[in-house]
Amino acid sequence: MTPMNWPVVYPELWLLVAGCGVLLIDLFTSDPERGPAYWCTQVAIAVFVAIQLGDYNAGTTAYGMSGMVVVDPMGRLLGGFAGLSVMLTLAYARPTLASRDMQKGEFYMLTLFVLLGISVMCSANNFLVVYLGLEVMSLSLYALTAMRRDHALATEAAMKYFVLGALASGFLLYGLSMIYGATGTLEIPKVFDHIANFRINREVLVFGVVFVVAGLGFKLGAVPFHMWVPDVYQGAPTAATLLIGGAPKFAAFAITIRLLVEGMLGLAVDWQQMLVVMAVASLAVGNLAAIAQSNLKRMLAYSTIAQTGFILLGLAAGVVGGNTVSAGNAYSSAMFYLVAYVLTTLGTFGLIMYLSRQGFESEQIDDLAGLSRRAPWVAGVMTVFMFSLAGLPPMVGFFAKLAVIQALVTTNVSGNIVLAVVAVMFSLIGAFYYLRVVKVMWFDEPVQTVPIVRGAGVSALLALNGVAVFVFGPLSGGLMAMCRDAIVKALAN
Amino acid sequence: MGLLSLAIWLPIAFGTLLLAVGRDENAGVARAIALVGAVASFLVTIPVITRFDVSTAAMQYAEKLEWVPRFNIHYALGVDGLSMWFVPLTAFITVIVVIAAWQVIEQRVASYMGAFLILSGLMIGVFTAMDGLLFYVFFEATLIPMYIIIGVWGGPKRVYAAFKFFLYTLAGSLLMLVALVYLYFKSGGSFDVLVWHKLPLPMDVQTLLFFAFFAAFSVKVPMWPVHTWLPDAHVEAPTGGSVVLAAIMLKLGAYGFLRFSLPIAPDASREYAWVIIALSLIAVLYIGLVALVQQDMKKLVAYSSIAHMGFVTLGFFMFNTLGVEGAIVQMISHGFVSGAMFLCIGVLYDRVHSREIASYGGVANTMPKFAAFAVLFAMANCGLPGTAGFVGEWMVILGAVKYNFWIAFLASTTLVFGAAYTLWMVKRVYFGDVANEHVRELQDINGREFLMLGLLAVAVLAMGLYPKPFTDVMNVSVAELLKHVAASKLN
Repeated sequence: MTPMNWPVVYPELWLLVAGCGVLLIDLFTSDPERGPAYWCTQVAIAVFVAIQLGDYNAGTTAYGMSGMVVVDPMGRLLGGFAGLSVMLTLAYARPTLASRDMQKGEFYMLTLFVLLGISVMCSANNFLVVYLGLEVMSLSLYALTAMRRDHALATEAAMKYFVLGALASGFLLYGLSMIYGATGTLEIPKVFDHIANFRINREVLVFGVVFVVAGLGFKLGAVPFHMWVPDVYQGAPTAATLLIGGAPKFAAFAITIRLLVEGMLGLAVDWQQMLVVMAVASLAVGNLAAIAQSNLKRMLAYSTIAQTGFILLGLAAGVVGGNTVSAGNAYSSAMFYLVAYVLTTLGTFGLIMYLSRQGFESEQIDDLAGLSRRAPWVAGVMTVFMFSLAGLPPMVGFFAKLAVIQALVTTNVSGNIVLAVVAVMFSLIGAFYYLRVVKVMWFDEPVQTVPIVRGAGVSALLALNGVAVFVFGPLSGGLMAMCRDAIVKALAN
Repeated sequence: MGLLSLAIWLPIAFGTLLLAVGRDENAGVARAIALVGAVASFLVTIPVITRFDVSTAAMQYAEKLEWVPRFNIHYALGVDGLSMWFVPLTAFITVIVVIAAWQVIEQRVASYMGAFLILSGLMIGVFTAMDGLLFYVFFEATLIPMYIIIGVWGGPKRVYAAFKFFLYTLAGSLLMLVALVYLYFKSGGSFDVLVWHKLPLPMDVQTLLFFAFFAAFSVKVPMWPVHTWLPDAHVEAPTGGSVVLAAIMLKLGAYGFLRFSLPIAPDASREYAWVIIALSLIAVLYIGLVALVQQDMKKLVAYSSIAHMGFVTLGFFMFNTLGVEGAIVQMISHGFVSGAMFLCIGVLYDRVHSREIASYGGVANTMPKFAAFAVLFAMANCGLPGTAGFVGEWMVILGAVKYNFWIAFLASTTLVFGAAYTLWMVKRVYFGDVANEHVRELQDINGREFLMLGLLAVAVLAMGLYPKPFTDVMNVSVAELLKHVAASKLN
């Protein structure tokens, strides 16, 4: 038995305390802008990020709570990035909350609980902890989506999200219970050992893996488990959309690595096949369906599905013929892709919120018409985001795609090389609808003439986000190395 | 900072500055900055010519810095005899484009000029990159400014043309990306082009790589049958866009054949040379006939560009000195001539707002100075001896005779077709009686237009009368390339 080792869970404890504290503080303030709650939340998350990223690479992997949780560079990095994206989300969302009936203390408290759930998932070392973290995050997200109570679309989205999310959790739980039945343990490292020792009923195990992958597919939003994504992205208030589409992706990636790689690498042959099918289907459905969308948020939802396909391809290239030499390379490129993707997504949805105002959501693609004349720099930033999502150099999205293609090609399996060709061809289709957004902004005449009024802080943040997407491309070496170190260390234990 | 870095980043810096100051209220300032930037960017490429050592095939002015260590990507630059002339040519054409746009572009001047300056830097980057991935980054990045240029300042069908241009080119180059990554893997983790040149590869791999590169470069050149984006792009693009497209951008594809296809997959190149030769001959013959029936002057010149570029690809795959040198000379001369042809159409279009041949007639009566230039460039376009157009075509035909007489015979029909469509257009537009009121009211070219056409006329004549400086630069590099291609890389 490992001792309790409390420092391991300090970040999570801190978030829990902060969440309750924010709720209390909010009770005693009458500020309609909810300034104290907002700033306390931001400071709390900043402290969390500082703890996670401060010395993410220091020391070795440590276990706590009798081996229930683990702290390693990968968990810390993903948790820290999730914290950063939540901070950015809040900053983008704040000016839009009041007019959407969401400027409440609960918003901030629930956001902190979302992050708490994410953090728990990132450091889970036990099936039950994975599930607990997932539920903490998901339940808070359902509530956040439903927060705009008098809005039919948002309520519908919340309902769909809840029902399908609950279903997905059920799948995951069912799969985990089967694996528990086969191996007799809930602890991820022990499951790994049992599978490696061939002492178990493989049929039950594979059956369980199918359900686990299906559950993860739901959470990642991969085809054929993607049905909720477009509806929820479109229907939820943009602030909630960004909370769903940003930080939780890190958590979904973390539990995918924890469950499939750290727990069941021995079954890679089985789950890799499923991931490949899901990846190609996601690329196809996501890219093709996005072409037909006129709603920007819905288009971005389909684009998310397509981008998920790329991440899955990276995850599917780890084990070649039972050999795990290329695993570090493959998983770290998927992780880098994820970081690049979230960074860009934060910007695009942030920009949608930036352009919205009282009674106007700015979520149709045509609402961007002639943006280059109304606000050239905003159009420029959006152009950078779109080209990054399309994977054009020198944006960060290109280097992310390069990393994944590289991971596929260097396995030197002809099937994987074909996959790389398929992936780039689908990203060609993807380029079409990203280009259409650029076309609307630059080639069309403006329809809206209302000036865009936003605070200098948000403007600066948005510009910074654009610069980051541009500059992190050519200067991505450090980030790539961080991802690689983290994954290699996660694989080592 | 090295010479080549300066040639790449100076125009990009000026372009970025222009985008930053870009407001239509201070269009004058923007024009001035653009001109200073373009001229300065051209001047920094002069030492590239004067200090070039013609006695070696090695990379000159080489620079190499670590860029993305995780994938062993380097910021590596260098030029040899194959690529050297394209650096000053690109910068020179950019100066011309800035002068051409001086009075013509009135909306979003700063963005227009900025886009061209950035594009210029990126294209020089393509010609000088000696790291496979750096090459790809520049190659793809050129799409963004060109897409914006066609889409914002283009004609009525500009959106269609811009999308077609972008997606067509992207389709080809994405396959190249996979090929580059595969080479990275095969070479044990290197993106160095020179390492790839020496890398032994089995035939099946060479074949796949050859066709992946072929996909990227044939679209860019463009070769028949993937040429259909070019007439659309040319017709809809503003004059400056057409000039850069024809003069430089098409050469990016041709240059790719020289730098990647031939040396990296020499065995596959020899094996599948017939594909390229056949497609090139179709371009020369069939596209020549297509050009003959065009009503739109820009379309006519666009098709003539495809036919001329067919000559370039034909020359490369003759595998002899005359063929390859002739092709490179043709690339440079076509840069001057096609650019000048599009500028002439631009001059007319600015006055009459029509590109239809039928809208003109007897322009020589009202614009004698302009007509003199236009006829000179038309002559160069059909390859009259003494002009730049002649040298390259002649060398390629001679090279082709060495390879196979019938190929040379078919290729030389271009001299007939080229003369036919060009001269027939000249006859209908410039000669004869004044056709209508618009033509009667035409003003002859002003000093600015005289300057830009004059500069190009000097270049066209100089290159036609004394091509030695151009071929001298290439000799050693071409010999080295041919020696390399002749040796098998199979293992």
